[in-house]
Amino acid sequence: MTTAMTTAVATATGTRGKALPSGRYDTVGLLRSEWTKLRTVRSTMWTLGITIVVGIGISALATGETRSHWATMSPATRLSFDPTKTSLTALLFCQLAIGVLGVLVMSAEYGTGTIRATFAAAPRRPRVLLAKVVVFGLVTLVVSEVTAFVSFFLGQAMLTAPARHATLATPGALRAVVGTGLYLCAVGLFALGLATIIRHTAGAISAYVGILLVIPIIVEALPSSIQHDVARFLPLRIGGVMMSTGLSTSPHAFSAWPGFILLCGYAVAALVVGGILLVRRDV
Amino acid sequence: MIEARGLTKRYGDKVAVDDLTFDVRPGVVTGFLGPNGAGKSTTMRMIMGLDAPSGGDVTVNGRHYHDLPWPLHEVGALLEAKAIHPGRSARAHLQMLAEANHLPRRRVDEVVELVGLTSVAGRRAGKFSLGMGQRLGIAAALLGDPDVLLFDEPVNGLDPDGIRWVRNLLKSLAREGRTVFVSSHLMSEMALTADEVVIIGKGRLIAQLPIAELLDQSAQRFVRVRSPQVETLRAALDHQGATTAVEEDGALSVRGLEAPAIGELAAGLPVVLHELSVQAASLEEAYMELTEDSIEYHGEAVVAGAVGGST
Repeated sequence: MTTAMTTAVATATGTRGKALPSGRYDTVGLLRSEWTKLRTVRSTMWTLGITIVVGIGISALATGETRSHWATMSPATRLSFDPTKTSLTALLFCQLAIGVLGVLVMSAEYGTGTIRATFAAAPRRPRVLLAKVVVFGLVTLVVSEVTAFVSFFLGQAMLTAPARHATLATPGALRAVVGTGLYLCAVGLFALGLATIIRHTAGAISAYVGILLVIPIIVEALPSSIQHDVARFLPLRIGGVMMSTGLSTSPHAFSAWPGFILLCGYAVAALVVGGILLVRRDV
Repeated sequence: MIEARGLTKRYGDKVAVDDLTFDVRPGVVTGFLGPNGAGKSTTMRMIMGLDAPSGGDVTVNGRHYHDLPWPLHEVGALLEAKAIHPGRSARAHLQMLAEANHLPRRRVDEVVELVGLTSVAGRRAGKFSLGMGQRLGIAAALLGDPDVLLFDEPVNGLDPDGIRWVRNLLKSLAREGRTVFVSSHLMSEMALTADEVVIIGKGRLIAQLPIAELLDQSAQRFVRVRSPQVETLRAALDHQGATTAVEEDGALSVRGLEAPAIGELAAGLPVVLHELSVQAASLEEAYMELTEDSIEYHGEAVVAGAVGGST
């Protein structure tokens, strides 16, 4: 065995004075590399699987529940009922799974030491981050949009007469469904940015959950005079608006697209800070 | 070729690497020796561009690592064992590295076979032993068929067969004209593998020299002489300025005079010699002499026994 391996060295590694390929390593290679990384660990399948199953499953439960109580609902409740939002609200649960994956895409590299191999292969670190953003962003966008559309159609099918249901032609419905997928993708990228700054899985997930879910609870405790002025900046509030058709939107919130731009701003800010730290810090 | 010039790394007040200047040449295995905490791993990370130097400079093939157009085609490194996602297979780990530098997929299979991991390449690396992790790290280092190779403690966790394999691998890589830089705390292993050594202690360069020279320089080196007229010979040697001592078995150990001179002196007396042999110092002894002032973390027993309060 030993001799076989030793002789193989000479044949497999060839002679010196080898010519390098022209150009330099590029983004195409890094995108392929990140795609391989993402699809070759189980956590990807778990988090995305949970996103799809939980998103669609809870949407079906929520709409089925509404349908069964329709007869006992007050006229006012029926009037403000937003069938689109009801079929999509469950996707707020998915932001946990998407966020965990966004964190792991970066923090798992630090946790396992793979980051050193990654930066040895590609020492221009912001390019690695960019490749992660593109690959993770596209994968989550596709999964989130598919989940949103399936949830919408399934939910509307559950809302049989006399309950009101929506179609994609209903004003604001298409925007809400597409917006739900965009929201999940944006918070996922925000999580990736946080992980690039924090580098530890547990710390980054805590920060993410804290910002998304704990701060809204704290804001609830503020005096009502300032509560809504603060709450409108929260990702969760922005997401709530994006998932509704506009019928039940609070006046104390940004409307869908301005809110989404603000959310993207959060993600970009986290990623830029992360990128700067990535260059400055030792690995 | 690796060239370090005044390479320095500070962490706050602590200086981990202090003004290191050395060259690692192609065609030979260069050992990188030093006690634990001497700064070997930090130095290797600075060569790889992973840690930024606080001062000085280090280049690989005349360039900073950051500026290499195809890093894996030029430099391969094993920096730590099992630095791999436990859920990812060995093949997937190598594939993602290969893709980042446009290396063909068959190259992954080649290096997997080269290190003897073909049968387990599809398994999750979390189940690997330390030795298998080392082999995978070596496979990653060889992936791009690079001219420059760095290995940080490559034989850790390997069985005797694996150690011999790594030794032969390093030598054959050097024979092919590559630059091979390998750190180890195992002196016996270095004595068998390395042609040259760079020795550091407390982050400072202590010596860079061929191993043979290191052994020659050592105070542990002496000439052993046996003679039926040992007292006559000893008096003559002392008169010549040599330092002599009688060993337990009655032989004489001579320092400060070389074997030919001792032989000529004996012939002139005349004194009969039953033995005249040069006792080379072991690398371990030579190394201990050089580094005894710069051991960072020693156990109590070591302080009392070997170093004796010299620090």
